[in-house]
Amino acid sequence: MIKRLLLIAAALLPAGVALAQEGGEIALQQAGTDITDIKSLQRGARDFMNYCSGCHSLTYLRYSRMAEDLRIPESDLKANLMFTSSNPFDGINSAIPAADAANWFGKAPPDLSLIARERGPDYLYSYLKGFYADPSRMWGVNNLYLPGVAMPHVLASLQGRQEPVYKNEPDSAGNAHMVLVDVKLTTPGALSAQEYDVFCRDIVNFLDYTGEPVKAKRQSLGVFVTLFLLVGFVFTYLLKKEYWKDVH
Amino acid sequence: MSDERVDRGRQNVLKSAAATAAGAMNPGDDIHEVDHSRRRLLTAATAGIGAVGVVFAAVPFIASWEPSVRARALGAPVTVDASKLEDGQMLKVIWRGQPVFVVRRSKVVVDAIGNHNDMLADPNSDDSLQPEYIKASGPVRARNPEYWVGLAVCTHLGCSPLGAFEPNNAYQVAGTDLGANWPGGFYCPCHGSKYDISGRVFKSMPAPKNLTVPPYAFSSAALVVIGEDEAPKST
Amino acid sequence: MAAAPESAASKGLLGWIDQRFPLTALWRSQVSEYYAPKNFNFWYYFGSLALLVLANQLVTGIFLTMNYNPSATGAFASVEYIMRDVSWGWLIRYMHSTGASAFFIVVYLHMFRALLYGSHRKPRELLWIFGCLIFLVLMAEGFMGYVLPWGNMSFWGAQVITSLFGSLPVIGGSLLEWIRGDYVIADATLNRFFALHVAALPLALIFLVIAHLMALHEVGSNNPDGIDIHDHEDEHGHPLDGVPFHPYYTVKDLMGVTFFLVLFGGVIFFAPTFGGLFLEGPNFEPANPLQTPPHIAPVWYFTPFYAMLRAVPSFWGTQVWGVLVMGASIVILFFVPWLDRSPVRSIRYRGPIYKIMLAIFVVSFIVLGLCGLKPPAGIYPMLAKICTILYFAFFLLMPWYTRFDSVKPVPERVTSHD
Repeated sequence: MIKRLLLIAAALLPAGVALAQEGGEIALQQAGTDITDIKSLQRGARDFMNYCSGCHSLTYLRYSRMAEDLRIPESDLKANLMFTSSNPFDGINSAIPAADAANWFGKAPPDLSLIARERGPDYLYSYLKGFYADPSRMWGVNNLYLPGVAMPHVLASLQGRQEPVYKNEPDSAGNAHMVLVDVKLTTPGALSAQEYDVFCRDIVNFLDYTGEPVKAKRQSLGVFVTLFLLVGFVFTYLLKKEYWKDVH
Repeated sequence: MSDERVDRGRQNVLKSAAATAAGAMNPGDDIHEVDHSRRRLLTAATAGIGAVGVVFAAVPFIASWEPSVRARALGAPVTVDASKLEDGQMLKVIWRGQPVFVVRRSKVVVDAIGNHNDMLADPNSDDSLQPEYIKASGPVRARNPEYWVGLAVCTHLGCSPLGAFEPNNAYQVAGTDLGANWPGGFYCPCHGSKYDISGRVFKSMPAPKNLTVPPYAFSSAALVVIGEDEAPKST
Repeated sequence: MAAAPESAASKGLLGWIDQRFPLTALWRSQVSEYYAPKNFNFWYYFGSLALLVLANQLVTGIFLTMNYNPSATGAFASVEYIMRDVSWGWLIRYMHSTGASAFFIVVYLHMFRALLYGSHRKPRELLWIFGCLIFLVLMAEGFMGYVLPWGNMSFWGAQVITSLFGSLPVIGGSLLEWIRGDYVIADATLNRFFALHVAALPLALIFLVIAHLMALHEVGSNNPDGIDIHDHEDEHGHPLDGVPFHPYYTVKDLMGVTFFLVLFGGVIFFAPTFGGLFLEGPNFEPANPLQTPPHIAPVWYFTPFYAMLRAVPSFWGTQVWGVLVMGASIVILFFVPWLDRSPVRSIRYRGPIYKIMLAIFVVSFIVLGLCGLKPPAGIYPMLAKICTILYFAFFLLMPWYTRFDSVKPVPERVTSHD
């Protein structure tokens, strides 16, 4: 039995190594989000409404749900966060007409309700930080993590201007081959680099929350359920041992 | 059942003896006395925890039948602006899938409301459905006598009654003569039920009860919030 | 009312029922006086766990159906409605999605137990066959269930897998259209998958599980030593090495169930997507016929078979060989009772060849699964080809290596490590 397990482990080792070495993609930056940080979520909600909701909807998140989970009073919600609806039960929709948006950007700005579940917070964080100047593109920017991106750099005034960084990685025939590996900030914006990181983290945190509003409650309930089941296991174990004294 | 346990215990002894003799068990193997009270206790404790667990597990399934947020959203209170209504005019809105009347009543009509109780089946609204504060308001059956709010659903078979708000001696509605001394009110074209201007049903009508009044409140002089007993005052 | 029989019949309400329905008789024959070997080990938990997971899928599935909208325009939104608006809907959804993966983990381990201890051998061949049928129906059920959320992976996974049928010669094209009910995966496909997933296949599954248990109880359970416990009985006709299922195995399975629930709950509450294996990232985007996800892979429990499908190159202009090999990889399971020619049942008394072959089989199955998760680049295609050959070698060479393998003497009575 042990021998069998060792054989299995030995066979999986090369596969594991191969998995780890999968390269060619630029490593994502760690978002470091915390969906229990209500203040961060509140800032993220405000920033999303101000900078993103012009084009991007969050159609599966109701204003009322957001207000309840983020502890935003209804007056605040209605005064500062509701731009496209007066009914708090409504989902958060964007005012931009979809057909026009597809025309202007080449692709309609997608709904972002589930983007954090689809791509992960690290990708979103890296994406917001990964815009760089590229004169060949329609909006003058490209993105390190989404080459050929159709979105303009909405936060450019906050982050500043970034330039691409290339590295020479000769191909198999020895020919020089410039590969995009990083971006660097050349002109600062209204926020310092650290402030911009926090800004992006807040928005990504809010999007993480939006993907699954019940996540924090799910995790805390899970602690209770696991403890309950462990206690139950202790009793079923003792019961089994007691009856099995009869056997053998 | 516990006898069987003891029997099994004894059988174990026999088996062990036989097996020992047959060489399949080693002498000195443990032959034990069954501790019944420990078994009962452990079984009861485990069963107790199990029962609690089953209840915990059942809660989400049963609770999932509660009206969802979408249902609550669709059934949310409806605010109606009645300020533009003139005397004798009516609005109809939908609340929780049902039509609701909001009727502006002139002072003359309101003052005359108490005069025709003898034509009514249930002048004090004892049998009909309305909030406490509506029943308490007497014949006007309203929070603000100037406006009457009620479900536009005939209590006979659910048709939507027509408005016939002018007191008249020869009122014709839908080809029907409403008769002498018509005090103004509602007329249901389906089976001829008549109601007064407070939705109270006349005697000998197919309809058994007065029109139902939903909970409502005024958030300002002419803003009616249908579906709430209290409404925050707004400017 | 007729006079009650005088034997040891129950009284009162139970007696009334027993005169009209074999309730106590069933309880006795199937549970309290069904003697099971006393040496069941860790590998014997998975049968009762499979039953538990089946019950979970049925109950949570029914409650999901109460709020799910089986139309191409409404399905995706209805799943989010369940997750956000329906009270506790999120928990019911996670119990169902985690249960689907748990079902396959449990069933794979359950099948492995059979290969370990020879539970497929005579007289349990039909038991094994019912099990293989359950596995087949379960795969169809899992596949259709995954299409229902109508995410982008649901759509494209369905597109790719149904296309396999299109590769069959002559009938392929018409067959594909017939399965889909349209020229591409569409509303018609979703509706019929819904009907099959919610009604038809669960009924088939329940029937097969009952047949599986009846076949088991007809011959009695096998055990880790592979010997027949009925060879040695006491004066009452009860096997010396057997214990009544109730209370001994009800109590032991209760313990197993509770521990399983700890792990099951752990996933549901702390890692329901399980790193994208149980709920895949691309499926959080609605189905988009215009845009394929960068990397289509079936859910993890199908990846070994998907890897075999991809491992077979096209010959004579057709990909049908891969489809046939994938089909064969499942059909061959049905034949194991006749491929295994060893004079002994349990691995404990077999020689080294079977142990090595079984280990290679398990490793190659797992590696195939890994290959199926990955895009077909780098070392994975070659690895998949090698492991496909090893997978089939386990079965196709079995008649020889089981016959020529050495055996150890089989004990008369069960051995136990308890």
